[in-house]
Amino acid sequence: MHHVILGAGPAGVLAAETLRKQDTNAKITILGAEDEPPYSRMAIPYLLSGQIDEEGTYLRQDAGHYKNHGIEVTRARAGALDAKHKKIALEDGGEVQYDRLLIATGASPVRPPVEGLDLPGVHSCWTLEDARAILDLAQKGDHVVLMGAGFIGSIILEALVSRGVKLSAVEKEDRMVPRMMDQTASGMLKRWWEEHGVNVLTGTQIKQITRGEDRLDVSLSSGKSLRAKLVVVAAGVASNTGFLKGSGVDTDAGVKVDGFLRTSANHVYAAGDVAQAKDFSTGEFSVLAIQPVAADHGRIAAQNMAGRETPHRGSLNMNVLAALGLVSSSFGAWDGIKGGDNAAMCDADAYRYLRLEFDGDRLAGVQAVGFTDHIGVARGLIETKLRLGRWKDVLMKSPERLAEAYVACAQGIR
Amino acid sequence: MQKALVIDPVKCTGCKQCELACSYVKEGEFNPAKSRIRVFDFHQDARFVPYTCTQCAEAWCQSACPVDAITTNERGVKEVHDALCVGCKVCTIACPFGTVNYNASTGKVIKCDECGGDPACVKACPTQAIVYVDVEQAGFEKMKHWAKRTDAGAQASH
Repeated sequence: MHHVILGAGPAGVLAAETLRKQDTNAKITILGAEDEPPYSRMAIPYLLSGQIDEEGTYLRQDAGHYKNHGIEVTRARAGALDAKHKKIALEDGGEVQYDRLLIATGASPVRPPVEGLDLPGVHSCWTLEDARAILDLAQKGDHVVLMGAGFIGSIILEALVSRGVKLSAVEKEDRMVPRMMDQTASGMLKRWWEEHGVNVLTGTQIKQITRGEDRLDVSLSSGKSLRAKLVVVAAGVASNTGFLKGSGVDTDAGVKVDGFLRTSANHVYAAGDVAQAKDFSTGEFSVLAIQPVAADHGRIAAQNMAGRETPHRGSLNMNVLAALGLVSSSFGAWDGIKGGDNAAMCDADAYRYLRLEFDGDRLAGVQAVGFTDHIGVARGLIETKLRLGRWKDVLMKSPERLAEAYVACAQGIR
Repeated sequence: MQKALVIDPVKCTGCKQCELACSYVKEGEFNPAKSRIRVFDFHQDARFVPYTCTQCAEAWCQSACPVDAITTNERGVKEVHDALCVGCKVCTIACPFGTVNYNASTGKVIKCDECGGDPACVKACPTQAIVYVDVEQAGFEKMKHWAKRTDAGAQASH
């Protein structure tokens, strides 16, 4: 049995390790497109802030890990897939025969149609190569413009601020992290960053970037312009599905998969940022490009590839964001469900906010700013659909008693 | 023989000696906020529940860690390596039990590591509400049951 995994990110690596646990004899090959050991994009901000070196971003710290587990990691970019004959052509020539294939090719940054994004000094922040360029350009006191203050942009934001640059963050939507937090929470975040010296421009678009003599000029929809040594583009990502055109593997926003992470082609599975899989909260199939989902997908897809039928019941959307000491997170249906109750507590001066969303007497979603203790219970309560009973009334009055409610219900103290 | 912390909430009197012992051993200070074990106090019901990591067989915190900072030691315990932890907190939202916490003063996450096989909370507990016994013993299975219910696949049922 030859398992071939396209992609060396968390989904691919977790899948390879799970396959090895399930089958000691199978041949397992990871094909990664970048010339690096498998690493974590999520760790790049910490490389930029100087907390870790490049090795610190590696998904496995033991250099012999893959060899010791009989996992071959090869640099190759997938070309065309021939699912009928179970082979994948490589971009550099040659082909690989598989028995089971996992598509874990991840996502790539979206480049909005803005003139000047191809100029020197304009970079995405997605790969280690991008990080090296940013490390070189973003020195203390330099003017830097960040295009996009969504989740990824906001993570990069902290890293850039910690490098001591003079930062402007430009977000076209009316608030920061619009797909992670509501107006109240993102308003707090904006105020926090402004207090830390960041120029946050929401509801503003970058119209054009031009190259001056020793700097970039960034023209804004407000009519103003910013100067910058570096522009970092964080305008979203899109699944890497292009190579599947004409392969018979159905794609939409990502690779379409069923409740077992199988694609429309026999013996082909998908996981991680490239997979359009079930969302626990909505029941719909959508791309949830986050680390814990990649890990869950990788593990579940691998079990199915190894013949151990494992349903994927849906992944929970969840995010955690650090902003120089201010931690925020959101889980599931954080913006509420139709007909559901909600409870919120807010202390704007103290940068504390907690909003709970209910479906009947079950927890459906959470947003938290400034609350970190036992915050994982939000996932536990949402995913177990634990009935809160009278604890719902407690939480309606005191949302901050969330962990207590979880422990009580789990212990039968009702 | 693998051992595990087994908690019997009925025996807990809410004295919180475990929290003090834990924070002292792990952080060098008597500060329940930094304890890896937490006693939930349901005084209206006259119940106290000591609560900490159950060391899942295949742990969400571990698989969600982007930098290999959480590993499983020979006793099956999930350990956080401070030198590798970048403080991204993904494990704190991935753990459905909420037993991995962020420690703002170090910028790292903290969780129970059973004190290298000699848990301070067990020694501090005057009523044997927290004991350290062979994993096969009853009580641990109950906790596993909860683990199963939270699963997105079949993770903790192994």
